[in-house]
Amino acid sequence: MATENAPASIYRAEQNLGLWEHRGKVAAVGIGHSPTARRWDGKAETCVGAMSILALRAAIEDSGVDPAKIDGLVIDPVTTTGAFWPKGKPLPLDVINQFNTTEQPLDGITQLSVEWLLKNMPELANVKFTMYGAGCMSRAICVAAQAVGDGQTHTCLVLKSWHNLEGRYYQGGAAGSNTISGTAAMRNLWGTPASFGTALQFAEYCRKYGKSHDMMAPFMENSRRNGLLFPEGYWAQHRPEVLTKEDYLAARWIAKPASLFDNDIPITVSGAYLYTTAERAKDLKQKPVYILNHAASVGRARGLTPTLDEVEEETARTAKKIYQGAGITAADLSFENMYDGFSLFHPFHLEGLGYRGIKFGEALDFYQTDISIEGPNPVSPSGGNIGSGRSRFWMHTDCIQQLQGRAGARQITGITPEIAVSGGPMPVGGNYTVWSATPD
Amino acid sequence: MSKQGVEPDELSRPFWQAANANKLVIQNCQQCDRLQHPPLRKCTACGATEHLEWKPMSGRGQIYNYAVVHDGPIKSLHEDQPFNVAVITLEEDSGIQMYSHLPGTPVDEVPIHGNVEVIFQATDNGQKVPEWRVVD
Ligand SMILES: [Zn+2]
Repeated sequence: MATENAPASIYRAEQNLGLWEHRGKVAAVGIGHSPTARRWDGKAETCVGAMSILALRAAIEDSGVDPAKIDGLVIDPVTTTGAFWPKGKPLPLDVINQFNTTEQPLDGITQLSVEWLLKNMPELANVKFTMYGAGCMSRAICVAAQAVGDGQTHTCLVLKSWHNLEGRYYQGGAAGSNTISGTAAMRNLWGTPASFGTALQFAEYCRKYGKSHDMMAPFMENSRRNGLLFPEGYWAQHRPEVLTKEDYLAARWIAKPASLFDNDIPITVSGAYLYTTAERAKDLKQKPVYILNHAASVGRARGLTPTLDEVEEETARTAKKIYQGAGITAADLSFENMYDGFSLFHPFHLEGLGYRGIKFGEALDFYQTDISIEGPNPVSPSGGNIGSGRSRFWMHTDCIQQLQGRAGARQITGITPEIAVSGGPMPVGGNYTVWSATPD
Repeated sequence: MSKQGVEPDELSRPFWQAANANKLVIQNCQQCDRLQHPPLRKCTACGATEHLEWKPMSGRGQIYNYAVVHDGPIKSLHEDQPFNVAVITLEEDSGIQMYSHLPGTPVDEVPIHGNVEVIFQATDNGQKVPEWRVVD
């Protein structure tokens, strides 16, 4: 069975699609996470394949579903954080050969196929529907939600995994070579780091609205605080350090106005969810969290990076899709968990949503108010990538846990969690899910 | 600054050949009369794969935005950190962006909306690249 990439038509990218046809009929019923690590230590039990198996098995166990009943698997086959297996470095055969292998020698090490997983998880013998939702978890869960809604699978695992190797992020490959190919050079010759585009937009934002980088500090403090309350996360597991305003303001620049802390830390981690129909979800171990909608931003910049105008047009357009398909308005959101890796675009996501009525140019002022999990306006209760390292899925896990009432020390208390939104990555180009404690 | 050498590929070759002759050309769809950069195999507006030409530009533009790179990925540029990377928009079409190190402009003292003109600088393998200089 060859696994294909999800067709573009599976994503709800068009405007004015109306209410999602499967609104409230698909539910998340299980969560599983592997432990985190800064980098792979070279052992078989911590390679990306092994971590993926751990996360999938944890999600199955969490749901209480018999693995024989699982008939779907959606994953992102790309696992790199920007780290690639160095050219000429011998393959880690001692690790590779501890698993059932595929034709791709680095399968389970620096990439992941459905085939590899199924060969190494014999309990998933009845999986019939498989698909790749490449990009990140935000995408993969939209594929799973639509597939379950459409009846292509009734009980579907969704997985996103990340590997990180020795060496500096994105400094291998073309960046380390003496020459660069002509078309890529038009964008990459100037030596800009990954956060450069976001730094540009944030610089433009500060000029347009009269704001400053230090106004991000309360958001950063709040995110790290929430992250340290996320036992599945990197900072909580390995570096339980509070981030103060002083720390944030003293951090070195990466691409000014983006500093070290505005860039999320690449880690090794896997996360998995189990999706099923609302009907089947009723009798399972966990309280179901219903999917009200999924929506996609497929906007494109005209130039090399989106301008602030392009960002604002797109986030507003995306919010309309998010709300319309879910049959809700901004006022229905109990909390938000929009993506934050890079932190400096979280304000753009927030403003596009119009969370708590904020308008363009107001997010940084909003951050100066009570945005804690105890307050009436929780912002990023997951702590996001800033609070737990680069997974791009903490926000989804948190939405599910908050709505189930099992977010532990991170449980929001200032309001009753009923409806939430999460997604990303980019303000121009991302995928979003609306979650609800009830199906209607 | 020591930029990586550039190896023109099929799609970009006319751009780099023009740069070696101290000329700036940008891909244009003749059907839409619309510029696009970097070049693509088809026009993003009408989808046409024919009618794509290389159009000479005046070499005048404006600084739209900038950030200062302190920790970038390219090894050969590390010794020059921190450095400016500005977004230049072209006089012919403000939707077309090009990057620039703005040679001669002090770090983090970039005049937003300032006028610039194109210059051509050699990269490490001798291939010239369009760069931009602030003008009064
Ligand atoms: Zn055209």
